[in-house]
Amino acid sequence: MTKLRHMKKSTRTSFFTYGLVIVAFLIIQILRGTVGIGSLLEGQLIPICAYIVMAVSLNLVVGISGELSLGHAGFMSVGAFAGCAMANGLQNLVPSEPLRLVIAILFGALMAALAGFLIGIPVLRLNGDYLAIVTLAFGEIIKTILTNLYIGVDANGLQASFVNDTTDLAEGGIALIKGPMGVSNTSARISTFVAGFILVMVALIVVFNLVNSRAGRAIMATRDNRIAAESVGISVTKYKLMAFTVSAALAGAAGTLYGCSQITFSANKFDFNTSILILVFVVLGGLGNMWGSVIAATALTILPEALRQFSDYRMLVYAIVLILVMLATNSPAIRSFFLRIVRGGRNEDGPSRSAKKEAAK
Amino acid sequence: MSRLERKSETKMVPVPSHSIVPERDVNKAPILECSHLGIDFGGLTAVNDFNLTVGRTEIAGLIGPNGAGKTTVFNLLTKVYQPTRGTILVDGKDTHGMNTVQVNRAGIARTFQNIRLFDKLSVEDNVKIGLHNQIKYPMWSGIFRLPGYWKKEKLAHESAMELLHIFGMEDLANHRAGSLPYGAQRRLEIVRALASNPSLLLLDEPAAGMNPSETADLMENILKIRDTFHIAIMLIEHDMSLVMGICEGICVLNFGEIIAKGTPSEIQNNPKVIEAYLGSQKKEG
Repeated sequence: MTKLRHMKKSTRTSFFTYGLVIVAFLIIQILRGTVGIGSLLEGQLIPICAYIVMAVSLNLVVGISGELSLGHAGFMSVGAFAGCAMANGLQNLVPSEPLRLVIAILFGALMAALAGFLIGIPVLRLNGDYLAIVTLAFGEIIKTILTNLYIGVDANGLQASFVNDTTDLAEGGIALIKGPMGVSNTSARISTFVAGFILVMVALIVVFNLVNSRAGRAIMATRDNRIAAESVGISVTKYKLMAFTVSAALAGAAGTLYGCSQITFSANKFDFNTSILILVFVVLGGLGNMWGSVIAATALTILPEALRQFSDYRMLVYAIVLILVMLATNSPAIRSFFLRIVRGGRNEDGPSRSAKKEAAK
Repeated sequence: MSRLERKSETKMVPVPSHSIVPERDVNKAPILECSHLGIDFGGLTAVNDFNLTVGRTEIAGLIGPNGAGKTTVFNLLTKVYQPTRGTILVDGKDTHGMNTVQVNRAGIARTFQNIRLFDKLSVEDNVKIGLHNQIKYPMWSGIFRLPGYWKKEKLAHESAMELLHIFGMEDLANHRAGSLPYGAQRRLEIVRALASNPSLLLLDEPAAGMNPSETADLMENILKIRDTFHIAIMLIEHDMSLVMGICEGICVLNFGEIIAKGTPSEIQNNPKVIEAYLGSQKKEG
């Protein structure tokens, strides 16, 4: 513990978050191996991992880069469609399921990063509310495009069409993306909870390491004071775009993980409501607070399932709980109580009185 | 104050551009040459026909009544505003068409009249952000913690501490910049600007809000910075003891136009300046 206190605050926060995720993973694995955790929760494990990654990646844009994005589910759907189409297309070539999942996730992340980069170029010229509305619009555009996209693969290679299904697949061909029907995973569902856990850890490591590096400091500088950042030679657009692209890549990876855990899914799954839900995770967990995002995503994904006993009143109770939690986390007294726990009883916010006096001289 | 009392006025000599620079800088190319610089906001001419040459290691002062256009000149030099007319040469290079980032790379760093620190970040991180273009490594190196990251971060930490040492602020390195007292925030802004390795440092009212003893310390430090880094410093200031104490060449601005240029004693005795700025009866100094 004494060693922990000598660490930098940022390092301590990241280690705390890694520890939190690892402990939660071990507890669940032990429970699954012994008494079981119930089929409801069992089915939620992979979506929880996917939503954690979504929340952490959106926190990079909203909390660290300071831009409100309302289209984050769009990148998740790009990742889900691209990754799962890849996984289905490769099922004869790559028999090993874990390897296929890794390839699918990397491909999904790459495609989402590409989408994020291309969308980021026009979007990041805007500021504040305007940027938020435009990201919302791009999220809807992605959804509409994917709803109208048909892609199939057969012995003759890849076939694609738009709006009307004109793909004419030969014997043994696979329809990878079927327009409004979305993607059906023809083989077994290849996502596993262990893969989800690893992805969460990778996302956290990427985000924490990015934040505590030269690029991360530049991103936070553009958030805190754009003019001052430019005055010391930091290109604001470049670093906003970097945060946006990395975030989109992580969202794409989460999308692939989620998609490959479903029997079938369509683009409607990743609509505006999903984007808002992820934003709720981020705001509830605290802007820039990664472990907060992890806990908020987990709690709010389990909650609707846990409230099944209220049947018809389920979403009403969910909404009330959400309001109460928001009020509670916003209260200064409760917040400082949690801060005290996390910081180990020390207030590091301001310089001590003597240090202030020294500086004033 | 002891050093300042000992300091005799620098001999200023004319250069081909009809300006004066300190004698020691006369054989070196000037760091800044402005000619016929001007900007209009709509129909209002904020700055007009601004001509100034700043020597390689000169401490130059820009003074004038409120609203004279002093900060606008700084904003023109750093391309926060694009000038309507005229040229700015930084180290002999025309900055036409450059933006703020490119001007910083060309060698100009500045502080702000209303302090602009990265409040939520630590003092050390503020300085490291200043070092952004001095100590570089790619994003990937940071994400995957490659050897380059550790090497460059160590270097950045050492450089940041060295820079903070100028103002004796090493002890504050881990505090949040926004939580520092006012004077320390002003000093941190200067350190951050210095971190970007400028050849011309622009200080916008560095002594604002400081008491006389803090101002005296600041004057010592400005001289120390000039002598350590061998850079030119241009400052806007209302505190006449600071301006007259350390500036070698002074330029007086009124209603966007230069009304006088010269050494401190010339400015103090210039009737136009006394009338426009210092008041028609009382002489400060």
